[in-house]
Amino acid sequence: MKILIKNGRLIDPANGIDAPKDICIASGKILAVTEPGKLPKGFSANKTIDASGLVVAPGLVDLSARLREPGYEYKATLESEMQAAVQGGVTSLVCPPDTDPVLDEPGLVEMLKHRAKNLNQANVYPLGALTVSLKGAALTEMAELTEAGCIGFSQAAEPIVDTQVLLRAMQYAKTFGFSIWLRPQDACLGRGIAHSGPVASRLGLSGIPVIAETIALHTIFELVRQTGARVHLCRMSSAAGLELVRKAKKEGLPVTCDVGAHHIHLTDEDIGYFDANARMLPPLRSENDRNAIGKGLLDGTIDVICSDHTPVDDDEKLLPFGEATPGATGLELLLSLSLKWADEYVKPASQRLSSALARVTSDAARIAGLPGGQLSVGSAADLCLFDPKARWKVEAGALASQGKHTPFLGHEMTGRVLATIVAGHLAFDRGLK
Amino acid sequence: MKKNLPEPDAEALYRALLAQVNAGLVDIPDPVIVGIHSGGAWLAERLAVDLGIPEDRLGFIDVSFYRDDYAEKGLRADVKPSHIPFDVNGASILLVDDVLYTGRTTRAAINELFDYGRPARVMLAALVDRGERELPVAADFVAEYMQVKDNQSIVLHRADDGTFTLTVEHAS
Amino acid sequence: MLPNPQLNQHGELQHLLTIEGLPKEVLTHILDTAASFVSVSDREVKKVPLLRGKSVFNLFFENSTRTRTTFEIAAKRLSADVINLNIAASSTSKGESLLDTIDNLTAMQADMFVVRHAQSGAPFLIAKHLRDTGREHVHVVNAGDGRHAHPTQGLLDMYTIRHYKHDFTKLKVAIVGDVLHSRVARSDIHALVTLGVPEVRVIGPHTLLASNLEQMGVRVFTDINQGLKDVDVIIMLRLQNERMNGALLPSAQEYFKSYGLTPERLALAKPDAIVMHPGPMNRGVEIDSAVADGSQAVILPQVTYGIAVRMAVMGILGGS
Repeated sequence: MKILIKNGRLIDPANGIDAPKDICIASGKILAVTEPGKLPKGFSANKTIDASGLVVAPGLVDLSARLREPGYEYKATLESEMQAAVQGGVTSLVCPPDTDPVLDEPGLVEMLKHRAKNLNQANVYPLGALTVSLKGAALTEMAELTEAGCIGFSQAAEPIVDTQVLLRAMQYAKTFGFSIWLRPQDACLGRGIAHSGPVASRLGLSGIPVIAETIALHTIFELVRQTGARVHLCRMSSAAGLELVRKAKKEGLPVTCDVGAHHIHLTDEDIGYFDANARMLPPLRSENDRNAIGKGLLDGTIDVICSDHTPVDDDEKLLPFGEATPGATGLELLLSLSLKWADEYVKPASQRLSSALARVTSDAARIAGLPGGQLSVGSAADLCLFDPKARWKVEAGALASQGKHTPFLGHEMTGRVLATIVAGHLAFDRGLK
Repeated sequence: MKKNLPEPDAEALYRALLAQVNAGLVDIPDPVIVGIHSGGAWLAERLAVDLGIPEDRLGFIDVSFYRDDYAEKGLRADVKPSHIPFDVNGASILLVDDVLYTGRTTRAAINELFDYGRPARVMLAALVDRGERELPVAADFVAEYMQVKDNQSIVLHRADDGTFTLTVEHAS
Repeated sequence: MLPNPQLNQHGELQHLLTIEGLPKEVLTHILDTAASFVSVSDREVKKVPLLRGKSVFNLFFENSTRTRTTFEIAAKRLSADVINLNIAASSTSKGESLLDTIDNLTAMQADMFVVRHAQSGAPFLIAKHLRDTGREHVHVVNAGDGRHAHPTQGLLDMYTIRHYKHDFTKLKVAIVGDVLHSRVARSDIHALVTLGVPEVRVIGPHTLLASNLEQMGVRVFTDINQGLKDVDVIIMLRLQNERMNGALLPSAQEYFKSYGLTPERLALAKPDAIVMHPGPMNRGVEIDSAVADGSQAVILPQVTYGIAVRMAVMGILGGS
């Protein structure tokens, strides 16, 4: 199928492009990127898309989206979440291994990849479990899992308590050049419900102090120094933690990190009157931490924005705050929340769109070692077309995901995906001509 | 303050009421007086002094908890404590209110008194009776009958020196 | 700022969930109304007909015979029908969800819920659910939610202080003990600050103090001898046995040694200082028997005022 996308504004951070361009797609790949109106000789499109007024960008690469399969089908299924992905402009996503059963067997990974492929929507790149059942005791068959399709290894939200095991896991991963994705959270100090601070004290919620993150970071960095293992830190949450990452990077340690899109914009004050939608892991912290996150994205301390998409059932959110399951829906908000970050922190204004997009396309792909996130000639035709000015309201009816819970429910967002193309086929079309 | 009628002389009315009550209590041994907050309470206080009734035979009640309009209007903002220093059982009670109108306040007051005990009898003294009863209540002693419009109320005031005045005001 | 879920659009009290955010006038109104109810309890017929025909459901997800009984007495003195439901909260038991329970009970024409729950914020969830399902006429009274609030206790503590000390604006008040876990402490702090008490102190070891307490308007002391100097009111908090298991304290004996209210420590306060305790007391742990039974303790009057205050709260809510 030959597709021509004309009249759009191409923003491709990987290739430094932000200009009106036409894009030609053939056989699922980018055939040409040309000046508007100048088609390659002999190219005749089966389908032409008029992207007037729209930004044409690489499809988003989301480094954390829970699909809830296998095992948690009552919370969400591949069908609904993959639909949510393409509606959010996400064409590649990484899913954590905390499914049921945990992704610690090659067979499970193959099945997941196979199912995802058949749906012909976003590309799914699973993270394998670092330890069997995520229990932090026995190593998984990392080589076999990589062969089955895992792009790295993670403990999801279950920190390893036994430092000896973590050391050995890193040594083993280093042997083969595998990357380890770790959430910096101390197992014991991280047991609370909300950020340890004036809001938690006032509301009577047990606190998760910042040292739960910094102590874990110190441990991880020492182990990285020892082993040389490549570590990607998942979901930074504090100013103090970011300062440690800054120093580690300066030192030359092979570490990178990401932040959940919600944490760029929200603080513990957003818990309000015990809104369980604001129950997240890591917790939403103070304004000082939030601001450090915003600046950290700007100065490169934080490499990537991800959605941390976590569909949670009504039954698990319509509960008192301390009993509610942490997590928020994110695939369909990733673009808007990234643009919102740029609006607040990026100067000059002309750089905003490309800065925001870099954090969720080229940078994300690079950090995770994935193809995609760019629109070079010859690369897979994964694109999203969006209206950077369109406003939409976050409502249950507007979301394709089965996860309807986010602190942004009822809020207005800016930036709406109108079409998503994956491997050269139109995976999502919001009524574009 | 709308004045449709010439305001009656409250002090004169009080003296008339006092005379009636004095005569009416002649055959009642050891009566007690209970005033309904706020106007009735002021009148009761003065009546007790003028009739020589001791302080421990003088009580006050606030009928807020017994009103029948709680569902529509809720609890009033200025509920005052009730104070009954004597045993209601077997007592001959003179209940005193400033204005008798629908009769609902009297009903509430009687209900409240009965929660303290079983009186031998209850008589009602009102400074002004403005008619338009909604319940079968009658006063034993009344100083003046007055008619005012539905949207008006008759208000008793007590000055710092204890002097009573009556005004006709726009009802809120 | 989100609109306060306790007040309806006319600014009337719709629910009593926490003292935080309630204007001073609302607190004073409750205390004034409670004064009238104190005398009701002295009569032969200790009832007024305010809530006659109304159903008050005591929903206790956390056990408490004392508090539940006081609410039951208060509701019955208002002539309400009282139904007690003790629902043992167990994270492993697959019982009905909280909101399903509420739905079922409102279908049985409940007019008011008195709720005690182990989770901070549970009554807010209930109040929100009632509003979202069009049942604004059903009122919620928080009888204690996790560590967060115990507003009727805060109010009766204020009533007690007002009774003995009259003017809030001239007082130094000290709250002693496990502030970290105490909903009573939080409610007392909010009430004291709102009513204009110029100096509110909390006293306890670091392990039992929450972080950032100063932001609630209090002075923090870890030395009880310093903290009790010249105070007019001492509120003692109960120390629960679980604290010894959580590596927060080594033993009850050591706690008493450093933080127990003994006659010697009481003497550091003003000579006419009053001693309060929400109960039940752990004699010899947070308070010496000599003090608990002494002339400065007003712990039993607190209980009497507790009934009047709860009658006032339910009476005001029932009419809004």
